[in-house]
Amino acid sequence: MDTQAAQLRPSRAGTLGSAAALGAALPFLLLLALGIALPLFAGGYWGLIATRACIYWVLVSGLNLVVGFAGQIAIGWVALLALGAYTASVLTAGTATPELSPYLALAIAAAVGAAFGLIIGLPALRLRTFYFAITTLGFATIVNQVALAWQSVTGGGVGVAGPIFPDPFASKWGFYYFCFALAAICTWMTANIAASRFGRALTAIRDAEVAAEACGIAKPALLAAVFLFSGAVAGIAGTLFASLQSYITPDAFPLDLSILFFIAVLIGGRGSILGPLLGTILLTVLPEFAAPLVAWSTFLYAVLLLVIVLAIPGGIAEILDFKNRRPLESHRAIVPRPELLPCLLGGPRGAGVLTLEQVALSFGGVHAIDGLDLEIRPGQVHGLIGPNGSGKTTTLNVISGYYAQQSGSVRLNGVAVPVLQRHRRAHMRIARTFQTPRIVGSASVLENVMIGGSIDGAGSFAESLLCLPRHRRDEARLRETAMLALQTVGLERLAAVRADRLQHSELRFTEIARALMLRPAYLLLDEPAAGLSADEISRLGALIVAIAKAGIGVLVVEHHPDLIFDICHHITVLNLGRKLAAGTPAEIRSHREVVNAYLGG
Amino acid sequence: MIQSIVLSGVAIGSIYALIGITYNVMYSASRVFSFTAGTLGMLGGVLGSLFISRMGLPVAAGCLLALLGGAVLGIVTEIVAVRPVLRSLDQHLYVLSTLALALMVQQFTAIEWGTDARPFPRLFTIARGGFDQQYWLPMLACAIVIVGLELLYRHTLVGRAFLAIAEDTYAARALGLPERYLRIASYSLAGVIGALAGFAGGELLLAFFGNAPMLTFYGFIPVALGGMGNNRGALVAGLLLGLFQQAANFLVGGIFASVAVFTVFILVLLVRPEGLAGAAPQRRV
Repeated sequence: MDTQAAQLRPSRAGTLGSAAALGAALPFLLLLALGIALPLFAGGYWGLIATRACIYWVLVSGLNLVVGFAGQIAIGWVALLALGAYTASVLTAGTATPELSPYLALAIAAAVGAAFGLIIGLPALRLRTFYFAITTLGFATIVNQVALAWQSVTGGGVGVAGPIFPDPFASKWGFYYFCFALAAICTWMTANIAASRFGRALTAIRDAEVAAEACGIAKPALLAAVFLFSGAVAGIAGTLFASLQSYITPDAFPLDLSILFFIAVLIGGRGSILGPLLGTILLTVLPEFAAPLVAWSTFLYAVLLLVIVLAIPGGIAEILDFKNRRPLESHRAIVPRPELLPCLLGGPRGAGVLTLEQVALSFGGVHAIDGLDLEIRPGQVHGLIGPNGSGKTTTLNVISGYYAQQSGSVRLNGVAVPVLQRHRRAHMRIARTFQTPRIVGSASVLENVMIGGSIDGAGSFAESLLCLPRHRRDEARLRETAMLALQTVGLERLAAVRADRLQHSELRFTEIARALMLRPAYLLLDEPAAGLSADEISRLGALIVAIAKAGIGVLVVEHHPDLIFDICHHITVLNLGRKLAAGTPAEIRSHREVVNAYLGG
Repeated sequence: MIQSIVLSGVAIGSIYALIGITYNVMYSASRVFSFTAGTLGMLGGVLGSLFISRMGLPVAAGCLLALLGGAVLGIVTEIVAVRPVLRSLDQHLYVLSTLALALMVQQFTAIEWGTDARPFPRLFTIARGGFDQQYWLPMLACAIVIVGLELLYRHTLVGRAFLAIAEDTYAARALGLPERYLRIASYSLAGVIGALAGFAGGELLLAFFGNAPMLTFYGFIPVALGGMGNNRGALVAGLLLGLFQQAANFLVGGIFASVAVFTVFILVLLVRPEGLAGAAPQRRV
């Protein structure tokens, strides 16, 4: 009966989803219609400005994935515009090569942009935020200096003529439609990414990097794809920009432009497509109404940047987010439905035993764990208890790859699990939750849960860009599974709500749902009952027992003795990094040292 | 030849080191890097030229006023761009707020002072020689700042309070240290050091608004390579940077010197993200 209901429900969620999708697409369709009809009601001058807005958006749409989604503060993006512009201009002008067709030059500029996007972007994998910001800034300065100095090719300060696209794109409006079409394609592609597992993974890297790793998201590969795409569209934008300018010098690419692009993303709001699109239009059009202030434009952009950062960090997107201002019910009970677990997790998993052998790790002189043995068996709940600082969470972090043990080993079915390599853990079907829930606050609860299934997609980044069938199948399946996971933990009514509006206890259950998306063989729970009410704790207990019954090996780090003694098959008591006692709940309860040291008489 | 490379290299390196120290002093007080560090250096040169050349004030008065201007910008940075975002350090909003403030000051200078590089006055009326004041002034300023900071940090109560804040803000606050005043004091001190860098290096760099982003970038390299908050590291890395840049300037020409510096900087950072002298931070889950 219940499984039947569960099978019915996702389809209803599906129709609701398509209605919501139509609502979300409406502003884009309006802009599309407006853009197509523009020549009917606007003069040539406004056509020029609209063309510029389109070109800027081609670049900003890619930058938006870097800044707004991945949260990488890339300031000097004008360098890529300049690179694209010079590549296309030099190739069509024939100062260094035979003259090429503008379309071929456009493609080569995109390739050059992609390559340099990757080069500027890769330091983001190793460097801290400010360092990365500075290196992008430095890169922008260098590109400008090289353009100025390399006179034989770039024409130095005199400049070089931009590419001219042949008919039908030679006229003003023809060129406008060319740029507009490219801008529309970029909008469509980045919106596809935003609504894909890659877009969600990017926001997870931005807001909850640790959780992203635990879900198996490989940051280097993902960021590399984003930088490639972002660089390519910047190169295309550069070509169009050079063609619009008809003549380019290094002065055409001041740092101010970088700031403009950057602000367009921020003013629009992080993690949104519509917001930055509106931001770009706003920032391109606004100076036309403030001609006397043109000398002060950069100053005003800077003021704007400061105001946004200090006053409205959420940007336009947050202001437009009416849906999430409706009040939530105040008395919400979390009622998990463990009976759905078999449906969610599929058949038996037949994984072996996860063992820790003589694992030791010390920080400086402190022995956090000191020769620990532990076994997590499928279908059993293993409790790990002990006073604060006894090494419980450290043990969990060694298993999930955040710390490297100094001696001993973690073995899965007898095979040593490599140290560190956090994101590989998800592929071994080891899932975990965190002591403080790590959630993407600006994403919906459903999206947060879907992040947990990131590694199970079949489609590639490129397929998602183009919304190909495999991408659509991945999304439908992830959505359906996530809905089922939410029903299992009892949060399906909150699926569409922004996660940062949830109560603490709801966040804990959200994390469990996210972990279940991995269809784990092992589940590591770090103080899942902390901050829960007595009722919620007993429901959590039943859920954990059911999870184990479905064949998963569960390790629970907890401070609530009642919960531990209720649900565990086996308990290990730690003290100062050493095993104080191990055994069944009954044995532990009567263990004298444990009672004295930890449980109290 | 080698002599002039070494002289100008050490002089420019001293300026970079001073800007690096400016970054460090702000960082120690707040765990925040500020884009205004280079702007302070630019301002030192522009204000010096404004007060001494244009307004005809005596050198000592002009110097004091320029440093005062730096202190004011330091305090403004703390109040406007740092304090409001300290609560959410993990979101890195300070990168944007300090960038915005730095751009505002830079653009204001560009509009009110002009976009041309203007000459900086000669501070002492002695004939130009091989070891000219344009070279030894930055070196002297750098030596004074390094020695002064060592004395301040090791031998005065205020200096020790600075160190306590840098080491552990919460513990320092729990001890009853007036964290906010100490932070403002640090930022005004950083402002003075930054302005001094630009003032002492005025003859080399001229009074030019475009020095702001240049110093922001080259001044950060000593911090990145010398280790965050490490002033001695900044000094060594700054001098090396100055020498390398001047040598490359002479050997392969100005533009490719910048490219060389940038490339080396990125490569070193990619190999050792924590800097040549720093230690990798422990991450907490």
